Amino acid sequence: MIEVDIIKRFGATRTGQSKAALPSIEARFSSDARVLALFGRSGSGKSTVVNAIAGLVKADRGRVVVDGETLFDTDRGVNLPVEERGVGYVFQEGLLFPHMSVRQNLLYGANRSAGGTGTSIAFDAVVQLLGIDALLERSAPTLSGGEKQRVAIGRALLSKPRLLLMDEPLASLDTGRRSEILRLIERVRDEFGVNIVYVSHSIGEVSRLADVVVVMNDGKVVACDATETIFNRADLRPYTGRFEGGALIEAHAVRHDMKYFLTTFKFDGGELVAPGVDTPIGARVRIRIRARDVTLATARPQGLSIRNVLEGTIGPIDDRGGAIVEVHVQLAGRELLSRISRQALDEMGLQTGQPVFALIKAIALDKRSLGFTA
Amino acid sequence: MLSTEEISIIALSLRVAAASVMFSVPLALACAMLLARATFPGRTLFDAIVHLPLVLPPVVIGYFLLVLFGKNGAIGSVLDQWFGVTFAFRWTGAALAAAVMGFPLMVRAMRLSLEAVPSKLEWAARTLGASRWRVFLTVTLPLALPGVAVGVLLAFARSLGEFGATITFVSNIPGETQTLPLAIYTLTQSPGADGAIMRLCALSILLSLAALAASEWINRRLQKRLGA
Repeated sequence: MIEVDIIKRFGATRTGQSKAALPSIEARFSSDARVLALFGRSGSGKSTVVNAIAGLVKADRGRVVVDGETLFDTDRGVNLPVEERGVGYVFQEGLLFPHMSVRQNLLYGANRSAGGTGTSIAFDAVVQLLGIDALLERSAPTLSGGEKQRVAIGRALLSKPRLLLMDEPLASLDTGRRSEILRLIERVRDEFGVNIVYVSHSIGEVSRLADVVVVMNDGKVVACDATETIFNRADLRPYTGRFEGGALIEAHAVRHDMKYFLTTFKFDGGELVAPGVDTPIGARVRIRIRARDVTLATARPQGLSIRNVLEGTIGPIDDRGGAIVEVHVQLAGRELLSRISRQALDEMGLQTGQPVFALIKAIALDKRSLGFTA
Repeated sequence: MLSTEEISIIALSLRVAAASVMFSVPLALACAMLLARATFPGRTLFDAIVHLPLVLPPVVIGYFLLVLFGKNGAIGSVLDQWFGVTFAFRWTGAALAAAVMGFPLMVRAMRLSLEAVPSKLEWAARTLGASRWRVFLTVTLPLALPGVAVGVLLAFARSLGEFGATITFVSNIPGETQTLPLAIYTLTQSPGADGAIMRLCALSILLSLAALAASEWINRRLQKRLGA
């Protein structure tokens, strides 16, 4: 459980400038999500908020409470120093200590005296989960970006934090490494039961990992809600991005096709076939279907390579007069978004309430759009 | 090879330089850390005061030391009465003069290397539960060590060559305050000592070169250990 309610103003106040004119961060939210994401463009104030939780930045006013313990409260004059907050932090750049071996880095916080949860997290378990046993005796600067980030995650975990902060932990990695580390973060969350505050401007990462999303813009909290709600809300589209827009669907794995290496997922509105993933039958998964990957047809198509054909009805049509329109497709209570050209909309004569087939290529549902939850 | 007189001059010079460096290191580290990391009112003034010995005529420093640390000086009298420590006309005074004159050099080198340690690394250490002290001892200082060592050796070399402040403060007493530069100066005042002067000059050059070489060697070794 985390409660944040802080105000922080930047810049000099001595020069006679009125306080209200200065850039400021105002954040108020509370949540007991396992993974809470702070989402927004760069410069929206996300990092300031996590730094205030960690105690690296001092807010002007407000309070921060984690699991019932007050870390910061201006009314009560509480401001625990960073090292007593018991808050682990994985930075964008990893920030391993360059003069130490991987093992020394991992053990640096293992004997923390104050703050931590006290729940012991075994060294071997962490090393094994993160796959870094072969790196233990290497010196930190010789590691690759992905390896550094694994060690950074392990180091933070081993300090037994009551909360793990992650500030854009994938930003300095290439695409391949990203999905690998994302999978590890999912496993850390599930196997070590540590709550995470995850800062990112990537819809892919946030929709995969987060249970609750706090959307920030210009230093203010725009919305705080369940991940599915946030990314399916039309009014938040300016912040969640038009290009990346889409729908989030909760599903579970029902079968693997060993011949063609495909996995089938079932959700309320039907079934989806995706390239095979190594996950047990029954595993819950969150699938992000991007609006631009959804094609519409008025009749069940023949002779098409597309694997996923879902039958539904057309919901609201979002037509802003440009080249592109967004069509909501309702599938038994679930909703998909499809982005098509306005010309196609007119030629097909699509109308709200009309039956329609939504077509999705199996390969559009790649590993990056699948988030696993235990 | 060397006369007993020459040996005693060199021994005294090394003793003075070593003592001056040993006692200024903790203070210089503290000043360098303050200048590298802290913001406080009067920071610019503090910076200027630390650098003063670099720009003031050494004779001025020597005179102030005499006024403050002489037997009847404000600080000197207290130290003399309470702790039995005397600076006036003693080798300890020469060490004090050398320490003051070498201080800005030492602080400068230390400060530069401390500033080069990313403060985010210190943040990371603190989120792992380390106190400020532990962060300084386990992260900041080890990473800044090459620069700190360079600062120490620079100040040591500077101390070996200290002249103006020393002669003003503790005079030129053979066997007590007559370090290498002061001995050379004395010889230049007497006719027909050219050979002796050349020998001392050569020794002085050798010592300085050795200090520089040691500084380079230590710096390389430390850099290598840091994997840089």
